[in-house]
Order: sequence, then structure tokens, then C-alpha cells
Amino acid sequence: MSRDWPLWEVFVRSRRGLSHIHVGSLHAPDAEMAVRNARDVYTRRNEGVSIWVVPSAAITASSPDEKDSFFDPAADKAYRHPTFYEIPDEVRHL
Amino acid sequence: MNELATYALRLGDDALILSHRLGEWIAAAPQLEEDIALANIALDLLGQARTLLTYAGEVEGAGRDEDALAYRRDEREFVNCQLAELPNGDFGVTMARQLAFASYQYELYDRLRTSQDATLAGIAGKAVKEVAYHRDHAAQWVLRLGDGTDESHRRMQSGLEEIWPFVDELFEPDELTGRLAAAGIAVDPAALREPWDSYVGAVIARATLSVPQPVFRGRGGRQGIHTEAMGHLLAQMQHLHRAHPGASW
Repeated sequence: MSRDWPLWEVFVRSRRGLSHIHVGSLHAPDAEMAVRNARDVYTRRNEGVSIWVVPSAAITASSPDEKDSFFDPAADKAYRHPTFYEIPDEVRHL
Repeated sequence: MNELATYALRLGDDALILSHRLGEWIAAAPQLEEDIALANIALDLLGQARTLLTYAGEVEGAGRDEDALAYRRDEREFVNCQLAELPNGDFGVTMARQLAFASYQYELYDRLRTSQDATLAGIAGKAVKEVAYHRDHAAQWVLRLGDGTDESHRRMQSGLEEIWPFVDELFEPDELTGRLAAAGIAVDPAALREPWDSYVGAVIARATLSVPQPVFRGRGGRQGIHTEAMGHLLAQMQHLHRAHPGASW
């Protein structure tokens, strides 16, 4: 039966101030049920304070074939990393 | 057993027996996601049962703990409502039973939060949030199955017909609830009927289903009188403990 149901990607925010993070996927007949299923499958152990579900079909992904042209050029651009600044101790999550 | 202990035992037995029934779905639910949802609900109820049975044992003062009450009483000593023990049937029957029971338990716990008995109030305060989810879960399914295909509509309606004869019992007051309610300890079950009707009735109407008109009604659960299904349930639930008393892991 679940074969007939669309796939949903689940994003959970673990606490206020952090971003939603992809935790997995599941089947559900519609968005409302997907949120509930996500609650049951992915937040049983206090993992979250907020859930997003997105139809997997709505996600456009980069292709593995484009990996070289997409990502390799960034490898030798050390100046793009903020390593030349002093980061104050109070700044977290940077 | 005094009246407070009996009252706690009634609430605890409802949760324990329904928890066992829902546990029977594990590895047999229509989808993996639903399997986990039903197991979560069963575990919520089991948690409620444990604290309520433990409390009943303490108030009784005869040295019985939660295990003694769950596993070493016989059928006639269980005081759960008959609705809780009804066989799972198909998914429609289970969702009908969930809608009826969770809606009842929600109204009950919501009011029990202000009980004069601090322990019952505490248990209800925690459990009411769990039960709000159980009620919503059942309502979502009843809506989708009722307002789904011809086949799902037919089976959801027949699920309602199956469990409806056991609804009235939930709201039957007796002398015990009368005295405890007057003392501000218990909730008068009759007072829950109206809000229950209003919530459940709205779900059934939105689901394009109709409220059944049963020709008979089950009663007597609170006095230890149970349906044919209860003995089989207890045989399975209690077998391990009776075969290996004191077993633990």
C-alpha cells in the first residue's frame, strides 16, 4: 500500500535558533499525514521542536555528473574561507 | 480496595488493556509509518497504566505493585471499559475504537487535571498532551477513510458500527464516581458525554459517515464483566509472568 503513497523528505529543527536539518524520508498520503508520520518516526526521542516535510518530487538535485564542474573549482580558493579574521569567542555556529 | 484505589485502577486498566490491543498491531500495520505511530500510542498508554496501577497499589496498601495488578488478577477483577478490550478488527475498526476512546480520555484527563488528588492531577496533566495526539491521529484517519474511496468509506462506517454499542458505558456514572466526583477527586463520566458528542460528531460528519444507532449496548466492565475477547487477551498478556513468576530482563 505504501508503494502508492508519495515520498516526503523530512527536516527537523532540533532547537530554536538552529536550522531545520534533513533527517530522512517517509511515505504518507498527504502533507498533513506526512507531518504526523514524521513526528512519530523521527522525533520519538525529543529530537525536535519543529518539522518540515517536502514532497521528494519537488526537490531538484545537482547531478553527480556535474560534481567536477560544480565543486572542484572551490577547492583551491582558500581566500573564501574566513580564516584571515579573528573570530570572537562569543560567536558560535559560524 | 478503597474507592480511590478502585478509581485509579479503572483508569489504569483502560490504558493497560488498550495498550495491549494496540501492541498487537506492531509488525502488522498497513505501513511502517503507521506501525510506529500505533506503537508510540501503545507506549504512551502503557506509561499511563504503569503510574496509575502503581498508585492504585499504593493507595490499596496491600503490597501489590504494578506487575501484581497487571499480571496476577483474573478477568473478573479487571475494571476496564469493554471498549478497550474489543478485538482490533481491520484498521477501520481500530481507528473507530481509537477515535471513541481517545476523545473520551481527552475530555476526562482535561478535567482530572484539577482533581483534589494531587497524584491523579499530575498524571492527567502529563497524559492529556499524549492523548490529544492520539485523538488527532484517529481523527485524521477517520476523515481520510470515511471521505476516501467507496471501499474505505464502507469499512470505516462498519468500524464505527462495530464499536458503537460499547460507547455508552464510558459515560455511565455509578455510586463510586458519584462520591469521588462530589469530593472533587474524580470526574463525573456523564459530564463528558456532551463535549465528546460534539467532537466525535463533527469528525464523523466531516468524514461523510453517520453516527450508528446500535441495537444493543455492552455494559458491566467497571464491575468486572467482560466480553468474550477479554479472556484471550489476558491469556496472552499474562502468560509469561504466570509461567515465570518474577521474570525480569
